[in-house]
Amino acid sequence: MRFRFTESPIDTVGARRELLDLGAGGYVSFEGWVRDHNEGQEVTRLEYEAFQELAVKEGERIIAEALRRFPVKHALCIHRIGSLDLGDMAVWVGICSAHRGEAFDACRFIIDEVKHRVPIWKKEHYRSGDSGWVNCERCAAAPNHIHEHA
Amino acid sequence: MQLKIHYYALMREQAGRSEETLETSADTPAALYGELVDRYGFTLMREQLKVAVNSEFSDWGRALAAGDAVVFIPPVAGG
Repeated sequence: MRFRFTESPIDTVGARRELLDLGAGGYVSFEGWVRDHNEGQEVTRLEYEAFQELAVKEGERIIAEALRRFPVKHALCIHRIGSLDLGDMAVWVGICSAHRGEAFDACRFIIDEVKHRVPIWKKEHYRSGDSGWVNCERCAAAPNHIHEHA
Repeated sequence: MQLKIHYYALMREQAGRSEETLETSADTPAALYGELVDRYGFTLMREQLKVAVNSEFSDWGRALAAGDAVVFIPPVAGG
């Protein structure tokens, strides 16, 4: 599978090895990390969950689109799910191609599309004790915040 | 008819469950969402959601059949 999930830390060495190709002259990767702040809040940890059955299909479609749009050799994306700490890697994208330009372009395309299209959700836990689902709480019809710690 | 519903993220918390089998007269995902808003008080508006039937993206007006698995998809935040 060229798009997959893991509940364990992402093995970037193994993932890079899957891309090796003697016809490739370059390799580009992107790592998304858990950041300690978002929209003015101090973040302490994150939880990711996914609708995996559809997410894998949509992720595979994104990779297939990237391979059609850009003349690259191979592409792979691995997304973490579960509870993550600050600094942990949440997502990894790797591309190899004959030349570097299209590898950068394809890598950017894949991470952008994954963020917009794949059914994955992220819950942030804040220093304040509050928590919230990113993109779901502030724009919800009712302004009340969801508190998990009763 | 009976439908299988799976809930994720904010909607899982608001429904207090991750899945259920429901006896309903709702014949489209749009009608079903209206019914579930009444039941669980979901705060997300339908316009913010996508919907999947049997693990593929679907139109809101699709005719549902007995045994279909429906998932409402809140705004995503991968990466």
